Amino acid sequence: MAGITIDGVRKSFGATTALEAVNLEIADHEFVALLGPSGCGKTTLLRIIAGLETQTAGRVLIGGRDISALPPRARGLAMVFQNYAVFPHLRVRENIAFGLRMHGADSARIARQVTRTAGLLRLEPLLDRYPAQLSGGQRQRVAVARALAVEPAVLLMDEPLSNLDALLRLDMRAELKEVLREAGTTTIYVTHDQTEAMGLADRIAVLHAGRIEQIGTPSEIYHHPATRFVGGFVGSPPMNFLARDGRLLGIRPEDLDIVATGDGLPFRVNVVEPLGAQTLLTGIAEGHLVRVALNGEHHVPPGAELHIRPRPERIRWMDATTGRAIPPGTEPSP
Amino acid sequence: MSGRRAFYLTGVVVICAWVLVPLWLLAANALGGQPVIAAWPKPWFPGALSFATMAEFLAIEGVFRAMLIGFEVAVLCTLFSVALGLPAGYALARYTFRGANAFRLMVLLTRAFPVGILALPLTVGFIRLGLYDTPLGIALMHTALALPFAVLVSASLFQAIPRELEEAAWVFGCSPIQAAYKVVMPLALPGVSAVAIFAFVISWNEVFAASVLSARNRTLTAYLLAMLSESPLTYQFAGGLLLIVPSVLFIFLVRRHLFAMWGIASR
Repeated sequence: MAGITIDGVRKSFGATTALEAVNLEIADHEFVALLGPSGCGKTTLLRIIAGLETQTAGRVLIGGRDISALPPRARGLAMVFQNYAVFPHLRVRENIAFGLRMHGADSARIARQVTRTAGLLRLEPLLDRYPAQLSGGQRQRVAVARALAVEPAVLLMDEPLSNLDALLRLDMRAELKEVLREAGTTTIYVTHDQTEAMGLADRIAVLHAGRIEQIGTPSEIYHHPATRFVGGFVGSPPMNFLARDGRLLGIRPEDLDIVATGDGLPFRVNVVEPLGAQTLLTGIAEGHLVRVALNGEHHVPPGAELHIRPRPERIRWMDATTGRAIPPGTEPSP
Repeated sequence: MSGRRAFYLTGVVVICAWVLVPLWLLAANALGGQPVIAAWPKPWFPGALSFATMAEFLAIEGVFRAMLIGFEVAVLCTLFSVALGLPAGYALARYTFRGANAFRLMVLLTRAFPVGILALPLTVGFIRLGLYDTPLGIALMHTALALPFAVLVSASLFQAIPRELEEAAWVFGCSPIQAAYKVVMPLALPGVSAVAIFAFVISWNEVFAASVLSARNRTLTAYLLAMLSESPLTYQFAGGLLLIVPSVLFIFLVRRHLFAMWGIASR
């Protein structure tokens, strides 16, 4: 049983507040991504859970046990660092065995776990190398193997893929998902990359300016953003917003249809980006910057005057002043 | 051969000669005996190489003893400098605290303070404390001279070791002290050995404080300074060689670590 409860955790550095009273419940075996732009406090929250940073107020519980005052080594968790932090003076084998040795595991268990995790992450041929002789992706796998070898109750990952190049990142993402599903460890994964969060996590917590804006499944976050920030941060390209007497009409670029002239909003196309699977139009409608994503290739010349209409069932209404979503039933007509 | 390459090679030869010619002259004069000292130009290789002068020199009353004392002082100074310098350097590298920059500057400024002014008060103070004329007393003085280097170099040393490595060690079961000797120290070792060598060499070569703070128990440098000016040339050369050899040997022994520190050779 290793659910995590984050109870009113607050952190300030001097006069600046990095986190304000964050509450979060994570179930056993769940994979939660903390998603947000840099400086939103997601890494600070992770470091507080790890015990590398001390919270100003609040408690962290793992499996119902208050670990707020324990040093990192006594918290029963493992961590994968952004820069991998594999020990350069130890061979891959010793890196993987490090946590087990420190916890006084017997040599039979160490050997078994090293073999098992090395197999899981395809590191067998590299066990006797030093980290300096490995590529970035291989070092990353060593860092994950070192974390999984201790069979932690909770696994913390701090932007583990951000130092890899794009192609490798895609591979590692799929690999990581498989490995972690097999391990079944409760995982908290910090990232600023929404595709990583959407692709990996059971639930996503979107953080902004030290607060959790929304917690939900990737599909909830994408289709029902709780705030204007979430709609504008998640999704590539992000949600469009149009003003409607004190309210905001939020609509995803792929939920806008091109319609016949005289029907819908006039839309002047400025930029056309044929991306293969999609064609992305960027232009102006009602004085707002609007993006429209069309399926497949469309030949629209820049400067074209089109008309667009949002699909009514896909419209999300937000309050213009608070930026919060307006619950269904109270929304005006478009 | 291109001009660039010729220029480069000339540079290498000049720099090697800069270091090696004085060493060669000293060694030739010390080992070649009277004929070589009198000769000019010097033979490329002393005809009759003999350690006779060296042996005679070492047999002089007090030389060997002074060497032992000098060695004892240098080792003590090395131990103190490392023991005090590493924690101070670690604190400077890892923690932000009020006055950190002022501390850096003050540490450096101790080197700007002339030892000559301190000589009399130090001597009086050491006599009162019972440290005068003891290897421990001279070692303490030498530690004061070597410490700024020890602190500042080890600070940059620890700065170069990513904090995340230490944090990883903590997360994977280390107490802060275990993390220090299992992760930080192995990585800092090349630099630490450089700190140690430098402290040793500073102490071994230092002559002023050693002369002022001792009367009978002199280090080699202080002893030689006192007696060599009245000695024949052969002994002067032998003394010079004896002073240089330990430093050169020491640096050769640890040069692999020095190179590693400067990034010339990775592991």
